[in-house]
Amino acid sequence: MSVMTQDALLRLLEADARLSDRQIAERLGESEAAVAAARAELEKKGRIVGYQTIVNDDSEGVAAFIEVRCTPERGGGFNRLATRIARFKEVRSCYLMSGGYDLLIMVEAHDLMEVAQFVSEKLSSMEGVLSTSTHFRLKTYKLNGLMFEEPPTMERISVAP
Amino acid sequence: MDWNHFLSRQVVDMPKSGIREFFDLVIGSKGIISLGVGEPDFVTPWNVRESAIFSLEKGHTTYTSNYGLESLRRAIAKYVEDFFRVSYDPTCEILPTVGVSQALDLALRCLVNPGDEVLYHEPAYVSYAANVALAYGKATPVETSIDDLFALSPERLEAAITPRTKVLILNFPTNPTGSIAPLETLKKIAEICIRHDIFVLTDEIYSELRYDGVEHTSIAALPGMKERCLLLHGFSKAFAMTGLRLGYACGPRELIEMMVKVHSYTMICPTITSQEAGIEALQHGKQAMEEMRDSYHMRRDYIVQRFNDMGMDCHLPGGAFYTFPSIKRFGLSSKEFAMRLLKEQQVAAVPGTAFGACGEGYLRCCYATGFNLLEQACDKMARFCDSLR
Repeated sequence: MSVMTQDALLRLLEADARLSDRQIAERLGESEAAVAAARAELEKKGRIVGYQTIVNDDSEGVAAFIEVRCTPERGGGFNRLATRIARFKEVRSCYLMSGGYDLLIMVEAHDLMEVAQFVSEKLSSMEGVLSTSTHFRLKTYKLNGLMFEEPPTMERISVAP
Repeated sequence: MDWNHFLSRQVVDMPKSGIREFFDLVIGSKGIISLGVGEPDFVTPWNVRESAIFSLEKGHTTYTSNYGLESLRRAIAKYVEDFFRVSYDPTCEILPTVGVSQALDLALRCLVNPGDEVLYHEPAYVSYAANVALAYGKATPVETSIDDLFALSPERLEAAITPRTKVLILNFPTNPTGSIAPLETLKKIAEICIRHDIFVLTDEIYSELRYDGVEHTSIAALPGMKERCLLLHGFSKAFAMTGLRLGYACGPRELIEMMVKVHSYTMICPTITSQEAGIEALQHGKQAMEEMRDSYHMRRDYIVQRFNDMGMDCHLPGGAFYTFPSIKRFGLSSKEFAMRLLKEQQVAAVPGTAFGACGEGYLRCCYATGFNLLEQACDKMARFCDSLR
């Protein structure tokens, strides 16, 4: 499968991960076997990391974005510390950032206290972590390219010249 | 009231469009999947909508010059030069209009004297013949066929020319067939128009939507043609802006000047909101446009494959967002086929005859519809085709 077709496959899956290999094959004009092979290859290479569902959980529990400043290690930079932090199940995402802080992590928990506990007991006390700044999410408008609230699409007239 | 006395004879005698007739049927039915639309399924790109909102927010709610906003004309000039490789002077050779429809109406009113003949290739967009008639001209269709993949045959064109022939309307890619005129054909058509001194109105509304990998050439870009061509284009299809009603005409200053005269007495100008949105589309709409085009491309390949699999003979159209499959082997007329498909499987597709008599035996199916719906529509059509065997 060409690189271009592979990109097209990724675009299709990014928009709808539930598409079957057969549906993708029909859309790309490829065989089902070629799509399955390309998908497996992308998974193996780690380009496709997983297939998840985007859930609107604004009304379930709490989420916080935490800016973390930390000391880089000689030889390893931030990687070891970032990985240690990211492994906590509370941490939903973790990025190395440029600018005023080093790591940006997103934490999900049942309630405020649980986040506070995570920050004070696990995160802040970790060696190498200099400071944290916690911001609670109030409402999600868009996630992974998807708008959470869209007005219903306008119906087109069904037959037009 | 004696309406026979009040109403214009010409309008009363004008046939209703075949699409309109079919539309009335579809409107009365429920749960229809429609392949009968003639517009994109995308919403206008957000940056374009946002610039329309910003325009309103700034209180830009006035008339503009009859020539439209100068900034829009400059943006059009640049876009047309980049895309079509024809340059027009934004001060006097470009006129923004309310869609290509209005540009066509203005052009015909300014070119046609009563009885002048206007040629156009059929199957064709439903408005051409009516527009010519409203300008008191004689509309003469030149039939095209699957043998030329519905591109206009130069021989047939030449055979249709009479001493009264004045104008030729071209539309490639074509609504309803999606056909493209190969460059060689276009050159022959240009040569015929020069030899017979015919003026060309070229409706380029689908020109960005080509999937055959060939760079689009407008007849206006061929040697000796710019002076005898009016290039009609707009924002509706490529930028998904149908409801914003914005198009433009580019051509010789003498014709544009007359068109502006009529325009100033009738329409005045397109809304300033649309004009300002149009500038944003031309300057920053390319990526969104290309994404939409790629999406149509994928759907075209899919639907053509499915149609052929279910036993309809369907050529691979080079552009627009229409397929024009043949249903001849099922032994039904286009209208019967479309009616029964609607009634038995709740899928709406327009009978080819709505676009001219030579559309008999064909259907126009628009694939500017979400993939999931296309899949469902194809499944239903396949069941329908099976039931006819």
